[in-house]
Amino acid sequence: MGRYLIRRLLGAIPLVLGIATIIFFVLSLAPGDPVSIYTAPNVSSEVLEQMRQNMGLDQPVHVRYVRWMGSMIQGDFGVSFARNQPVREIVQQILPNTLILSLSAITLAFLTGILIGVFQAVRQNSLIDNSLSVVALFFYSMPSFWLALMLILIFSLTARNVWDWPFYFPASGMTSVGHEFMSPLEQVGDRLRHLALPSISLALVLAAGIARYMRGSLLEVIRQDYVRTARAKGLPERTVIFKHALRNALIPVVTLLGLYLPFLFSGTVFIETVFAWPGMGKLVVDAIGQRDYPVVMAGAFIFAVMVIIGNLVADLLYSVIDPRIRYE
Amino acid sequence: MSLLQVDNLRTWFETDSGTARAVDGISFALRKGETLGIVGESGCGKTVTSLSIMGLVPDPPGRIVEGSSVRLNGRELVGMSAGDLRRLRGNEMAMIFQEPMTSLNPVYTVGNQIGEALRLHRGLDRAEARRVGVELLREVGISDPEQRFDEHPHQLSGGMRQRVMIAMALSCEPELLIADEPTTALDVTIQAQILELLADAQSARGMAMLLITHDLGVVAEVCDRMLVMYAGQVVEAGTVRQVFGEPRHPYTRGLLDSLPGRAAGARRLRPIEGTVPSATEWPEGCRFRDRCPHAWERCAESPPPLLVVDGEASGRSSRCWLEEEPERRVAPRPSPTGSAPQRPGRPR
Repeated sequence: MGRYLIRRLLGAIPLVLGIATIIFFVLSLAPGDPVSIYTAPNVSSEVLEQMRQNMGLDQPVHVRYVRWMGSMIQGDFGVSFARNQPVREIVQQILPNTLILSLSAITLAFLTGILIGVFQAVRQNSLIDNSLSVVALFFYSMPSFWLALMLILIFSLTARNVWDWPFYFPASGMTSVGHEFMSPLEQVGDRLRHLALPSISLALVLAAGIARYMRGSLLEVIRQDYVRTARAKGLPERTVIFKHALRNALIPVVTLLGLYLPFLFSGTVFIETVFAWPGMGKLVVDAIGQRDYPVVMAGAFIFAVMVIIGNLVADLLYSVIDPRIRYE
Repeated sequence: MSLLQVDNLRTWFETDSGTARAVDGISFALRKGETLGIVGESGCGKTVTSLSIMGLVPDPPGRIVEGSSVRLNGRELVGMSAGDLRRLRGNEMAMIFQEPMTSLNPVYTVGNQIGEALRLHRGLDRAEARRVGVELLREVGISDPEQRFDEHPHQLSGGMRQRVMIAMALSCEPELLIADEPTTALDVTIQAQILELLADAQSARGMAMLLITHDLGVVAEVCDRMLVMYAGQVVEAGTVRQVFGEPRHPYTRGLLDSLPGRAAGARRLRPIEGTVPSATEWPEGCRFRDRCPHAWERCAESPPPLLVVDGEASGRSSRCWLEEEPERRVAPRPSPTGSAPQRPGRPR
């Protein structure tokens, strides 16, 4: 297992470098440059040219590539053009926010998706199963940013202004005004309240897909001989489903973990923007608008690394669930 | 009193092409310690019979029709609450399946799966279940039982997996063991060992066994009495000695003639023409008549009941009008379809 892990991590290095290279060249092909945002009637073209030189943008592409790659390998992502702050510092500050959001979204998505899928499979073709399938298809087809707006409309605006709920979900940010004056317990509650809508809007789309997958997978497993063996032993239906069938049915569902991570991260780009969540997605979107290349490249690079790690975790989970899979 | 008493058991399945009457009115009794064999071709209802007794018929699409009765130690199992039935399953009655390769859960250890029934029905704790489980593995002839207990099914061969299935079925000392084609999926050399193991376990525990198979050799070796099933019904019943010595029903005779080395005059095998009809459309009258060399008008007009042979005391019966018109037995007309191709250059 340890050796397998090391081999996988070593194998990821060329992959990561390749991804970084592609990101770099694609971005250098894009029109516009960071200096253009400083363009103004009172700024002379010499000043702009001087700024280009300061940023190193006057150099040909291959020189910039070698410089960037050289420093990136040492963990230096350069300095943000727009914020004039090392990218590394910005990322260190902001990456945890995105991790909190995406981890809670994916946990929520798998928990609800699996539970709903199991429930549907056990009641196959009943009214409730069919209704849930329609609901799942609805959420599966809706873009998460639209869901986010609807959630804000309902649970933030209408809940507070029309229904007069004493308790509503905030529409933006990670914390309320005056967060630092709250007791520790209140602080946790405040953060969870802010986390609710963004993570739910991210999770709904994923949960809908997971539920559909889980239902199909469990229906397949329920027909297996070993499930009949479990029933022949006189085990209660609860044990038959949750012990004998579920673990086998989860094996294909784990694949979704790896497959859904890219969706999850591109989802955070929209969701963080809609909810003004100070995370990597919002950072990258803002940076693209400002042609802040170092930040965009660092962001894309970090998302790529997280997808690779997520797939590695999915592969390791296989061996946890299925003893026939052993990594040597 | 019989341990197991099945009366007019009918198990039907709703399918797209109509109601499949997979088991259609079978009755038999099984005494304590006795071994009863049920034989017949694929699709004649043997497995559905055993699943019906265990209460494992998938519903829907299957259902046990009203008027059916299955009694174990006098208690009616048909219509019993799911919870009560569950307490009997794996406890007083246990079952071994045909496919050892797929009948064990791949993600749990052998020991975990053996211990389950013990913990559930006997209330043993983990350590006690382990001790009993290892002992069971030793009894069914698995070497290094201590070590095997913690292995997963994919680490065992087919024969060993079937031994594990047997250990699992024996764990709560059932009074009735149902073995559904327990050796069909195994190598010939392993088959004999498994049969011997089943026979030993049965005599050691005095349990009754219902052995379902299409292999007449297995029945001859292990069983006391046998039922021959065709098209969801019992067509012949008797002791193994009686049925093998003097088969009464044309279907039974056909089965025996299909055995290598048994065909009269040791000539070529004589297979039964045709195949089992579909369970959604059993033929009118006698269900075997389309394939029967003796069939005459009466067989089409009315279905024969299970007729007593050699008087009540013999316990023999046959579902054939020949029992009432024995003179017709002598000269069977040629194969009803007349389709048996005469291969050139191969004189019969």
